[in-house]
Order: sequence, then C-alpha cells, then structure tokens
Amino acid sequence: MKYLALVYLDENDTVSRSEAEWMALNAECYHCVESLKKSGHYLDGAPLHPVATATTVRVRDGKSLVTDGPFAETKEQLAGFYMLEAKDLNEAIQLANKIPPARYGSIEIRPVRELPVPDEVPAAEGVSLTG
Amino acid sequence: MDTTTINTSNSADVTAQINAVYRDESRRVLATLIRLLGDFDLAEEALHEAFMAALAQWPEEGVPGNPRAWLVSTGRFKAIDQLRRRARFDVSLDDIADQLDAGLGAVTDEEGEEIEDDRLRLVFTCCHPSLSPEARIALTLREVCDLTTEEIARAFLSSATTVAQRIVRAKAKIRDAGIPYEVPGQAQLPERLESVLQVIYLVFNEGYSASAGDNLTRHDLSAEAIRLCRLVLTLLPDAEVQGLLALMLLHESRRAARTSSAGDLILLDEQDRTLWDRELIDEGSALISTALRSRQFGIYTLQAAIVAVHADASTPEATDWVEIVGLYDLLLQMNPSPVIELNRAVAVAMRDGPQAGITIVDELLTKGILGDYHLAWSARADFHRRLDQRDLAIADYREALRLARLEPERRFLEKRLEELSG
Repeated sequence: MKYLALVYLDENDTVSRSEAEWMALNAECYHCVESLKKSGHYLDGAPLHPVATATTVRVRDGKSLVTDGPFAETKEQLAGFYMLEAKDLNEAIQLANKIPPARYGSIEIRPVRELPVPDEVPAAEGVSLTG
Repeated sequence: MDTTTINTSNSADVTAQINAVYRDESRRVLATLIRLLGDFDLAEEALHEAFMAALAQWPEEGVPGNPRAWLVSTGRFKAIDQLRRRARFDVSLDDIADQLDAGLGAVTDEEGEEIEDDRLRLVFTCCHPSLSPEARIALTLREVCDLTTEEIARAFLSSATTVAQRIVRAKAKIRDAGIPYEVPGQAQLPERLESVLQVIYLVFNEGYSASAGDNLTRHDLSAEAIRLCRLVLTLLPDAEVQGLLALMLLHESRRAARTSSAGDLILLDEQDRTLWDRELIDEGSALISTALRSRQFGIYTLQAAIVAVHADASTPEATDWVEIVGLYDLLLQMNPSPVIELNRAVAVAMRDGPQAGITIVDELLTKGILGDYHLAWSARADFHRRLDQRDLAIADYREALRLARLEPERRFLEKRLEELSG
C-alpha cells in the first residue's frame, strides 16, 4: 500500500517561533526524510510556502476561473494530489486546468519550498525535496 | 549608453527637466528594471538610485539624449553594486549579481518594443488573478500609477499601514508563488485581460461613487482609472478595452450634473443635460462604434452603448427605451446577473409602463434574489409612485432606506418619503 501523510500546522504558531527554533525544526524534518529514505519508506514529499501563496483553479463551462487563496468549499474534501513541474505559476495554472476534477471541484495550487540543508550536512549530500 | 547631451543653461532648469522625466518616464523605467532585475523591491531601489544619480550628474554633464535608457542602465548598475555590497554578508547574492552582470548589454532603443511591453507586463503582473482584488488594486495604483500608499489609503478609506502591508504581501506572493513577469499568451489573454479591466473599473467606481461615507465622487481615482485604461488601450488595442474606456468616459461626462451644489444625488431624468460634457460623450461614442464593429465586444461595450443611448437624448422623454431594452437583453445573454435584470426592469417600465417593471422586480424578489439590495426596493417604490400607489411606494422607500449606506442616497430616499407623506 502507498499512503499519503498530510502535514497540518497553525501558521501563526510558525510565525511566532524564533528564527533558531524554525531552522531547528527544518533540520529535524531534513533528518526525518533522510531516515525514511534509508529505511526505504520515503517516496516523495515537500514543505509548502504559506497558505497566502495559494491559488485556486476551477473550470466551469470550459472556462478557467482563477482566484486567490485556498478557497475549496467546505463540502469539498481532499481527493488526490499531483506534484507538478512548471516553469512558473501561469504554467502551473494551465496544467491544473487539465486535471479533470477541476470541472467539478477545485484545484489548490501551492508552491513548494526547498527544505534548507542543515549546516552540519556537507552541501554535496543535500537533496532537493522538490524534484 | 547614449552620450549625446543637451546643453542646459542652469541647474534649476535641469531640476525641472528631471521632474518632467520622472513624471513621464519613471513608471516605464521601473517596469523595465523589474524585468531586468527580477524583483520589485530591488527595482524600486534601483529606480530611486538612478534618479539620485541623475540629480547629481545631469546639472554638471547635461541631460542625456535618451534619459530613459540612461536611467535604466544606471539603475541596473546600481542594483548590481548593491547586491555585491550585500554579498559580503550573504554569498548567495554574488551568484545573482553575476547572473545579472552576464545579462548586461547597453540598454538601447533597439530594445524599444521590449521596453513598451514591460509596462504591459507590469499591468498584467499587478492584476494577476491569484492576488486578491484588494491587493491587485493597491499594487496597480502603487506600481503602475505611482500613487503613494497614503494616497491609496485615503482613497479607499483605509490606513496607510494596511495598504503598505497589502503591497508587501502581494510582492511576496509574486516572488514565492512564481507569478511570472509576462504578458499572457493568446490563449489566456481574454481571461487575464478581464482581471485587468475589473481592477480598472473597480478603481473608477470607487472614485465615482464611494462605497461608504458621505463623499459621492472622488474625482482623482476616476481620473486615474481613465488614465490607466488609456495606457492599456495604447498597449493592447482590444474591443473590450475600448468598451471600458467608453463606459468610464460616458459616466464621467455626467459628473457635473450628477450632484447638486449641496452634494445631493440627482437622478438621470432630473439632471441638467446641458452640463453633460459633450467632448467626453463624443469620444466615448466613437470608441463604442469601433468596438461594436469589431464584433469582439463584451459586457463593457454593451454597458457603454446603453449609457450612450441616454447621452444621445436631449431630454428624458427623447430616450430610445426600445433600444435600451434590446441592449439589456444582449447583456443578460452574455452575463446573466440579477442587478442587470433590475436595470432592465427599469428600462422596461419606461418602455411599457411602471406595472411591467413591478412584475419583473416582484419575480426577482419572489425568487429570493436582491431582497437586501436597496436599489431593488427604491426601483419598485418609484414604479408605485408613478402609479399613484402612495402607501405601497412609502413602504418600499422605507425598506430601501433601511438598506442604503451612502449618505447622498439616504438623503435622496428621505426626500422622496417626505414628498409622499406631505
């Protein structure tokens, strides 16, 4: 079986952390990924930019409707995910338009950020989590 | 860099020239710097530095033959310098500076078309639909129109801090979400243009009838929206851009007739039509003809065409209501909306009598639509008033008054109630 583990956080809580605490948490995540890779359980994953960077795409009557923010309706539930490689947000929107459920529900596009490589890890060993 | 210089007699002269260059060119220079530097904040700093350099050098060396190219080159060099200085503390900036350096050639007029496109890139980026409407408006007025955050705050009855924060967040989103600095391709252009036109019309309406408070017209914002629309039309000759410009010009043409000296609202059929600005009406009408001929027109052109029919009538009685109802029918087909249905009801009432208007408004209200929209109640009140159904009219005006927020509109409704009770 494959499982998708979704990470939820109170962003205000993140903001109120000190820079050092925040970097420590990032480093912990980095090591968590490393350990899951070693044990063969890790397929893919990525941290996201804050929710303010979200864009929502819907297709209705063949027309693409783009809005700011994560505006899934409360009756809509998370049903799947696509990890996309696009040169910019406009291309990501074009790709999202083609996802069939965009015609019935909504596709929330969130930019992925790089998990910073902790200082103690040599740069060559750093992995991109966005690939 | 262009080294041709114009000899100038004194430094006051040069300062005046620099001010003129700032007024005419600063937004173009900024738009190009954003493309070259890939960052709004860096580009704004670079623009500032470039003008500081102009103030220092032009009085000595004379004004360059191509001030815009000089400012862009200077701004770019200053930005790279700045990055190199900061790189002492953050080595990653050195790479960025290297990349920018590598892309460096002299900025000349060969890049002319590219540079004209930069302004359009800036407009489309500031009006990107993944930004909230408030953010789009604030960013467009700040970056494209060069209004200060204080001016924007005053115009939108907000605080400068709120506006500044909105702009900072919008720029962060452009950077983090990867909103590209580009004019959208043909396939996306209609949708994206819609978002640009929406921003322009929101700015205009904010200036034309404030959403709250006692000031009915805030002229500067309307003028800014018209200026912005003219700019977009120059850069992108599209029927709907013509339609929107026409619509705004036609609304604007009535400004002097629209409020009394006491600031009270004057309805269309009570306005002194000799106060309407014929020059604006003629320009608007010409734009509508062009837009309609293109057959690519949309809702702005149709709305403008409706306003133009009113503008053509020298008296309220001379209004061609058949034509207006026909235009509303087209508009509803293109863009079904209860507010347009209400406006159509008013036109139908003029064509077929008030009872026909009441029938349509009642249908809307029975469907549970527009019940909390004050203009639905004041329209029905007016139909009853014209049928001498005094009590029904009073009840509807009272409901309208309960829902109305704008002071001049409230005063108008109170006046009507007084007349009916007297």
